[in-house]
Amino acid sequence: MLTKRNFLLAFTLILAGVVLAVSQQPAAGTNEVVIQNFAFEPATLTVKVGAKVTWVNRDDEPHTATATDKRFSSKALENGDRFTTEFNQPGIYKYYCAMHPKMTGQIIVK
Amino acid sequence: MEQDRRNFLKCMAWAGTGLVWAMNGGVLSSHELLAAPKRKSGFNFVQISDSHIGFNRDPNHDVSKTLQEAIDKINALDERPAFVLHTGDITHLATAEQFDTAAQIMKSAKADQVYYVPGEHDVFTDDGKLYFERFGQKWRSFDYNGVHFIGLINVLNLKQGSGTGLGGSGLGQLGQEQLAWLQKDVKGLSSSTPIVVFAHIPLWTISLDWGWGTEESEQVLSYLKRFGSVSVLNGHVHQVLQKVEGNVTFHTARSTAYPQPAPGTAPAPGPIKDVAADKLRSTLGVTDVSYMAKVGPLAVVDEALG
Repeated sequence: MLTKRNFLLAFTLILAGVVLAVSQQPAAGTNEVVIQNFAFEPATLTVKVGAKVTWVNRDDEPHTATATDKRFSSKALENGDRFTTEFNQPGIYKYYCAMHPKMTGQIIVK
Repeated sequence: MEQDRRNFLKCMAWAGTGLVWAMNGGVLSSHELLAAPKRKSGFNFVQISDSHIGFNRDPNHDVSKTLQEAIDKINALDERPAFVLHTGDITHLATAEQFDTAAQIMKSAKADQVYYVPGEHDVFTDDGKLYFERFGQKWRSFDYNGVHFIGLINVLNLKQGSGTGLGGSGLGQLGQEQLAWLQKDVKGLSSSTPIVVFAHIPLWTISLDWGWGTEESEQVLSYLKRFGSVSVLNGHVHQVLQKVEGNVTFHTARSTAYPQPAPGTAPAPGPIKDVAADKLRSTLGVTDVSYMAKVGPLAVVDEALG
């Protein structure tokens, strides 16, 4: 017997599931990673195959976005500099800052 | 305690010159430059660090000028230094032009020799190609008046950090080849030989969060602990920090370009931007080190540019 309360609960759970599913979809529009305070934000970015991702440095220190397997690397990005690259194969692309290797991030391409 | 801390911070506030190191009996110690004892024997040398030629932002839009001021300061020392050590981040972005500008300014130093080790800013774009073209060899050692100097490189092949499970500490690292070389290099030395190690990133852990340390520092110290006097001179952190561990004295030098925050006092490392123009030179400096055989520790003087 579905009480009104249980129905509402079930409805909320379904809704939450839908929201979750939507949020797991690759972001549309600008795929931007901001570099600030020695960190990549977001550290994990999920995009669709063929998407372009742009990194922009907001720190006063130069940084790079360098793939762990070196398949892509920006030059030294100074404050305000941007670097864009395209992801044409699905996969998980891990990267870091070659100058501050504690800074890491990943692009998930679906 | 609070007073100590204040004095400590005040000490750290010294910016933009070089550091004068005096070796007395093999141990480096710190004192005010003007109060430096007259040396009857021995020698002195100067450490300069983090000139970041090419940096052009707050708080310093003319880092060539402050490097030149540091050299002028060295040239004005009572005793001409035997040589100069530059502990890296010579340039900001490792371009040919920045290296040339730095070399040009360093040429005006009145010393017989300048020994360089690279910082990560000097090698990160090309694994050090331009740096090694200009400054030659990798890690090395040399002897001067009975003191054994070792220049280590801990900024190559840096591993990516642990942020998203990539592994690695984000610290400086030396690598197995260099460690093996070091072990062999000091093997035949008498334990009474004073040792000076210089490298860019500190060989002691100042801040794990900021990557201010070197991964294999324990191993390095294990090779050096039998020596009666070991002095470790580093840059990278743009402030004077010191630590004594047994017979080992660790010391970091100021930058000649810009100060960085004390560990943990800011969200991230990087230039302190809001330094008043008339205060900048008090945050920059050089280090003067003097050595006098069989007398006592090396005397280390951190001297601010202004």
